[in-house]
Amino acid sequence: MLLFNTILIGLKEIWSHKFRSLLTMFGVVLGVASLVGMSAVIKGMENGMKEAMVAMGGADKVLLRSQPVPAHQDHLADQAPGRTMRDVEALRRSAPLLRLVSPEMALEEVTVTRGDKSIQPGECAGVQPEVLGMNLHTLEHGRFFNEVDEENASAVCVIGVGIRDVLFGAPEKIGVEINPVGERILLNGQPFTIVGMFVRYMSEKEAKERLLAKQLSKTEAGPSSGPKRQKGWERKGGWAFWSKNSTVYIPLNTAWVRFRSAGDLSGVPDPRLSNIDIKVRDLELLEPALQQARNVMMLTHHGIEDFQFQTQENQIESIAKQIKNARLSGGIIAGISLLVGGIGIMNIMLASINERVREIGTCKALGATGVDVFVQIVVESVVLALLGAITGVGASYLLVDFLIVLSPTSNTPVITPVAMVLSVVFSAAVGVVAGLLPAIKAARLEPIQALRYE
Amino acid sequence: MALLELRNISKIYHLGGEEIRALDDVSLDIDAGEFVSIIGPSGSGKSTLMHILGCLDSPSLGSIKLDGTEIGKATQRELAQIRNRKIGFVFQFFNLLPKLNVVQNVELPMIYSGVGGRERRERSVRSLELVELGHRLRSRPNQLSGGQQQRVAIARALVNDPRIILADEPTGNLDTHTGEVILALFRRLSEEGRTVILVTHNPEIAAVTPRKIEIRNGKVATKLGEKLAGLERRPTPVS
Repeated sequence: MLLFNTILIGLKEIWSHKFRSLLTMFGVVLGVASLVGMSAVIKGMENGMKEAMVAMGGADKVLLRSQPVPAHQDHLADQAPGRTMRDVEALRRSAPLLRLVSPEMALEEVTVTRGDKSIQPGECAGVQPEVLGMNLHTLEHGRFFNEVDEENASAVCVIGVGIRDVLFGAPEKIGVEINPVGERILLNGQPFTIVGMFVRYMSEKEAKERLLAKQLSKTEAGPSSGPKRQKGWERKGGWAFWSKNSTVYIPLNTAWVRFRSAGDLSGVPDPRLSNIDIKVRDLELLEPALQQARNVMMLTHHGIEDFQFQTQENQIESIAKQIKNARLSGGIIAGISLLVGGIGIMNIMLASINERVREIGTCKALGATGVDVFVQIVVESVVLALLGAITGVGASYLLVDFLIVLSPTSNTPVITPVAMVLSVVFSAAVGVVAGLLPAIKAARLEPIQALRYE
Repeated sequence: MALLELRNISKIYHLGGEEIRALDDVSLDIDAGEFVSIIGPSGSGKSTLMHILGCLDSPSLGSIKLDGTEIGKATQRELAQIRNRKIGFVFQFFNLLPKLNVVQNVELPMIYSGVGGRERRERSVRSLELVELGHRLRSRPNQLSGGQQQRVAIARALVNDPRIILADEPTGNLDTHTGEVILALFRRLSEEGRTVILVTHNPEIAAVTPRKIEIRNGKVATKLGEKLAGLERRPTPVS
């Protein structure tokens, strides 16, 4: 009840100097708006990076790459076996710390054709079913490959939705969702039957836009202006999503038999894989899991170290570092604005006390203790800061909208409640600190001096 | 026992190594229910005496007892409490808070003594009705005449039911007629049994009180009430 009165008197004091209070609050408003806005932008960045990370297969994915034979083994270079299915089988059997081992035989320079339409897929590879778990693929239509396809080296393929969009038409252009399962396409001239298609992979922002576009086209179905044209929708979601959406997978054996049949000196088709991707069981056990995989590989490769592991730790670290840096710089900017705002409040409180020496003296004569006066001034300062903070939170929405208009990236800024609460708490703290000195000054005023003051 | 007992009170200021005795060995008693004026020209030390009587300041030497408790050595906090509960101040310039309305101004002392909201409102309305301002509760001080403002200040001084009303030149900023109204109000309060102390430089105003204490050069010059501190005991004068 008493605190309520104190706040009421504080509000009256602020209200009686509207313009002055407004100017004083402005510093805090800017500080809070920049704090909330910055954190929203950083959150957006974080979300975008995380999405891209998942699109690339998640954090626990390890690439088993080839590397030139080390110098001390140079004389053995011609015996380096390369990465083959032998390694894959050995890893699957003897490295229990690995959850998934997915071999890939990538095909370079592939053109996918259907009728007069063709596309160069982002990725075209012979794979085994493990690739689904490895690259986090989900089927929308049809099925994935099975052992029979492997055994027969069947001419079947599973495509990404981007391939379908180009070869058969995208639903937002032709108005219907085409299921391409059972259709025939040509891979470098060889006929393949589509047995499955993946879902569309997209960022949250793109998902929202598509939903919006869908609703809009329902309400206003009018024809768009100008001649029909390709506007390049596919690239909109960023490279990671585009690449994932324009995937063409065929069974591993099919790739080997049909695209690698030239053979080597002994007449065997080139058995070397282009990629072996590994997922570890537990990120905590990354180190021992890699050691285990290496031991197995050293055995199958007779000690010739023509391979290396590439984890995404560096990428994760660099993402974390970027986020940290952005947070730091945003925090510093917001901190400085809040500091300036706090100094403004302190300044105005000092001026206000000089104006009110007589009032303070009167209150003391009427029985106000130093503590009463102190609390009154601090509360006023905090109320001023909090009003600024609330306005600042409102202003941050405008700021974020402005930022979206200014730089329409795929990373939509996201205003988080945590940032709001944090900035309000911060402003309250700034208010307390800014009020301390004036409040001590006011509390120390002698009642007689205050009454004599003209 | 007297309500206020001052014994050998001195207030000494040091200005650039020079010792200034604003009050020099003052002793006097004021009984409960008395209507007293303290007069003296400016610079005589009457303001200093008033500050000490009102617990706004502490004496350098001597003892002062209010209601039998020694307050010469009280802390700032204790003094604030005494001012709040036992003394009602009325000032020359009214000293109302401009941002608060009439009733909020009167509520102020009770806020500091922690009286609850409803009781606070009731008591301040009663107090304002006592000074015949029950109809201006929501007005701002600057919407009132000087006399009305001073009556609000008196209502504020009365609201915590203090032992002493201490008025510093209460008519100094009012025209003669309004001043008389205010003085009549003080006389009425005195007749109702309250202790009222008027501080003024104007002998005409001092003339309305039965007892006058004249201060000259920091000393009690004449005891117009013919009463020596602690030596003589007379029944409370009735005017």
